[in-house]
Amino acid sequence: MTPTDWIAALLLGMGGVFFLAGTLGLLRFPDVYTRLHALTKADNVGLGLIVLGLSVQADSWVVVGKMLLIWALVLLAGASVAQLIARSVLRRGIRLWRQ
Amino acid sequence: MLLQSGFDVALGLGLLWVAWQALNSSDLFKAIVFFIAFGLLMALAWVRMDAPDIALAEAAIGAGVTGALLLGALARLRASNAGETTMGQAGNGQRRFMASRRLLWIPLLLMAAGLGYAVLSLPGYTPGLSAQVAANLGASGVSNPVTAVLLNFRGYDTLLELVVLLLALLGMWSMAGPAPPPSAEAAAVLDGLSRFLTPLVLLVAAYLLWVGTRAPGGAFQAGSLLGAAGVLLILAGWRANVASTALSLRLVLTAGPGVFVAVAAFSLLMSGQMLKYPPAYAGILILIIEIAATLSIGLTLAGLFLGGRPRGERKSP
Repeated sequence: MTPTDWIAALLLGMGGVFFLAGTLGLLRFPDVYTRLHALTKADNVGLGLIVLGLSVQADSWVVVGKMLLIWALVLLAGASVAQLIARSVLRRGIRLWRQ
Repeated sequence: MLLQSGFDVALGLGLLWVAWQALNSSDLFKAIVFFIAFGLLMALAWVRMDAPDIALAEAAIGAGVTGALLLGALARLRASNAGETTMGQAGNGQRRFMASRRLLWIPLLLMAAGLGYAVLSLPGYTPGLSAQVAANLGASGVSNPVTAVLLNFRGYDTLLELVVLLLALLGMWSMAGPAPPPSAEAAAVLDGLSRFLTPLVLLVAAYLLWVGTRAPGGAFQAGSLLGAAGVLLILAGWRANVASTALSLRLVLTAGPGVFVAVAAFSLLMSGQMLKYPPAYAGILILIIEIAATLSIGLTLAGLFLGGRPRGERKSP
């Protein structure tokens, strides 16, 4: 393995950890708001790390550009949809979780 | 190799599980969410089988637009059921349904046996028609074999699919009455998102349409993207002023099947055979059909999501 491969493996592994943590949060957190919080962290940072990891090994800048574009679109969609879900849940009168 | 087969097996089992959840869940909302997840996993499965065209169509139409249509239908269903109290009837109907459900196993088992027999009696390997497609690709006018089959060799099927879509919209316009009014309080975030994404979606749809002649893409994928943009705009509360655009609305809705039928009639007159394009003009004819079909598909899908006749039309004579 070359140093590039090591860097890619490290970034991909870190991305995987974020996705795992996000999934765990989705399953284990007590209410919809905290679950959204866990999920958006996984989508935003986890996918970003995986895109970076794949970019290190990419053959051309075009591929890197496409992957960065995908990440940007997922960031936009994820943030907007999380806000929309939280808003609609809040309007239905579901309270925030308190210990 | 082992990793890939492991992934494929997990994907197949996941598909079966998600399909079962979608069928078996008594909560309709849950069932729809599982159905959308099924479509996305199915798109992944098509990618694994080297069929990116079908994967694109499955993700865009199967998961995206159909999911949005189902969710819209569920919202209408809940709104119309909210006023009624049908507890007694529902209980009775439920019992009858449960009783007939046990008898359903018999035809289901027969069908499963028949399907199993059909699959097992298939020859292990068939070359299919891909060799013939490859041999005639030069005369088709395009270099993407999928587009060549859909728009040239089997243009008939695609023409009928466009007619089916149009019929679905006509049926809904006849049965469902006027569309429900836009939700009064569309979120500001949704408004901003739709303003940002709509031009981008238009760009990608145009790209998919254009690239479809030589790579995965084409009218159905581009049209479903247009439909998705329409869904987003409808959700954000945007409505076209149909009082002044009633005629152009209908022209665009019928453009796809209309242009296709016109080309079919033209080829019937020129070569004596329907949808047999002269090779010199095949490329441009396919592009014209695809442009018209994309616009029709996009508008039809958005119209279906609207859930009824557009409001504000003057009564037609």
